Amino acid sequence: MQTTSSSLQQQEKQDVSHIKNILDNKSLTFAEKVISIKNVETRNKKSQIISMAGDIVIVDVDLAMAQDSTGPLAIRSLNEMGIDKLHDPSKALLVIDHTFPAADEKVANLHALIRDFVSKHNCMKIEGSISHQHILEYLATPGMMILGADSHTCQAGCVSAFATGIGSTEIAAVWATGQLWLRVPETIKINLSGPFNKGVFARDLILDYIGKVGEDGANYKALEWKFSNDYVKRQFSMDSRACISNASMECGAKISVFPTDEITTKYLDENPRINNNMEGKIEIQPGNSAKYKDEFEIECDKIEPQVSGPDNIDKVHSIGELANVEIDQAFIGSSTNGRIEDLEIAAHMLKGRKVHKNTRCVVTPASVKVYEDAIRRGYVEIYLEAGAVFTNATCGACVGTHLGALGENEICISSSSRNFVGRMGALSSKVYLASPATVAASAIEGKIADPRRYL
Amino acid sequence: MTMNDQPTIITSISKGRAWVFGDNINTDIIIPFRFKSRTNDPYEMAKYAMYGFDPDFHKKISKGDIVIAGRNFGGGSSREQAPVALKYAGISAVIAESFARIFYRNAFTIGLPALEIPEIKGKVNQGDEIKIDVTKFIAENIRTKETFHARKVPEFMRQMLLEGGLVEYYKKYKQFPWIQS
Repeated sequence: MQTTSSSLQQQEKQDVSHIKNILDNKSLTFAEKVISIKNVETRNKKSQIISMAGDIVIVDVDLAMAQDSTGPLAIRSLNEMGIDKLHDPSKALLVIDHTFPAADEKVANLHALIRDFVSKHNCMKIEGSISHQHILEYLATPGMMILGADSHTCQAGCVSAFATGIGSTEIAAVWATGQLWLRVPETIKINLSGPFNKGVFARDLILDYIGKVGEDGANYKALEWKFSNDYVKRQFSMDSRACISNASMECGAKISVFPTDEITTKYLDENPRINNNMEGKIEIQPGNSAKYKDEFEIECDKIEPQVSGPDNIDKVHSIGELANVEIDQAFIGSSTNGRIEDLEIAAHMLKGRKVHKNTRCVVTPASVKVYEDAIRRGYVEIYLEAGAVFTNATCGACVGTHLGALGENEICISSSSRNFVGRMGALSSKVYLASPATVAASAIEGKIADPRRYL
Repeated sequence: MTMNDQPTIITSISKGRAWVFGDNINTDIIIPFRFKSRTNDPYEMAKYAMYGFDPDFHKKISKGDIVIAGRNFGGGSSREQAPVALKYAGISAVIAESFARIFYRNAFTIGLPALEIPEIKGKVNQGDEIKIDVTKFIAENIRTKETFHARKVPEFMRQMLLEGGLVEYYKKYKQFPWIQS
């Protein structure tokens, strides 16, 4: 026993040492480092295998998620392949969030399919918090490899995880084997400088960026965000980092990562992980001499409140260009902008005011935790007094499935993720995207409005 | 096509009529969430193929027809139902100037040929007959006799496609295609 135990310790030391070599490598991007560490060859050969942009690599996956609109197809594919055993159920997560609680019988039946699957395989399940927010609050750690059958899985890049979206059948393959192939992405580095102006938030920044690079401006690429100094760093709270990592999907980014810093550490300390994995102790920083496909400068003080749409996300305008567009609905929520800071700023603006008589305002927190915080801080009361509807945590309105869908020719300003044709309901409806502050100002005025008047 | 027909699975050469689209045809246009999230049946999904462009699209196409598109086809959501809806509606292949990342993976995974051909821009008219060879990743516009070479993919992706997708591949080999034996 003694021999086995010491040889195991020896082995662990070797593992840690070659992982440390990868972490210390100055010429690798964040994506290259994580994929090098997760490369199954690195594990098998117990040595440092370097994976560079363009390589196709089979990786070990730490967490594989599907939700109520992608999970059923994953389960169907597993059944068709005749696979009845998961590689590691503790790394499989099913989330019922998109149409929660079930809006109708068809949805309820698919939810039941998911619950049966979870009971059979004993994997993780969450109902009633948006998957990305749940993963951020309880599971994601720096350097973790997270794949999800949901495009906004990339949100977990805010805590320096390698997190990206894939399809249902590929998630089924990950559940079956614990692995998947990935192409190592090229990386675009984005340098952030300057203070935000009043009324300008993370959402304005990412909309501005998408407007400049286009809907496919980062297709297949990794985005690495970098702060020019500590002052700039401190204006990017975890909530605002999550917003940016999440919304980076709208220019096609495969991952969108923030460096691990004291804000990351503080967040992880205050929100303990419920899964124990050693990756939690890894701090991943891109190498100083890493090769980038492109570099981009963003001066926060040059950005004004932005509004995107309708129909395409890269159709981005400064607020003044769209002022006076009348709206039928104002929506505050979604995985992109349904966190406590989002609900805080909008509540601050709506306090003592009323939602315009021609407009309805729907507020949806991103998770149960955000909901509880909103109650504790008195925001729910403020929203109700202002005449807004406060719903449970769900993706409902954002995907037009329930709790805020749009009718023919209706216009909505929304803090949600997308404004595609028919996204929130009727094909003739129109969606404009903006920060929660701009949405709140618009709810008050019944038309697209500048938030700076209320701050 | 009727809903009971089997979808077209191209494993070699095939011909079809072109449906021409522009840039940024996203997955919400290909199949809206509220429909795809209420069924797990591919033939039901097929009834909403390209709903955001024309709710009757599935009735207007013929089996084997080909979608020709501009940049960033399939952007947005990760929904695998997007290529599934096209395939089961009768679309035999999608040719685009470029594809969004997840759609591209999903198309190969479910056995819908996705040919990335930047030069296709402006070279196909609505209704042109297009011949494609999936073994060689080549497309030809019969009207203009012009031939186009699609971007090459890793061999395991090509093999998976030729078997009709990941599920079919696994059923045949009891192994995932990216695992080298």
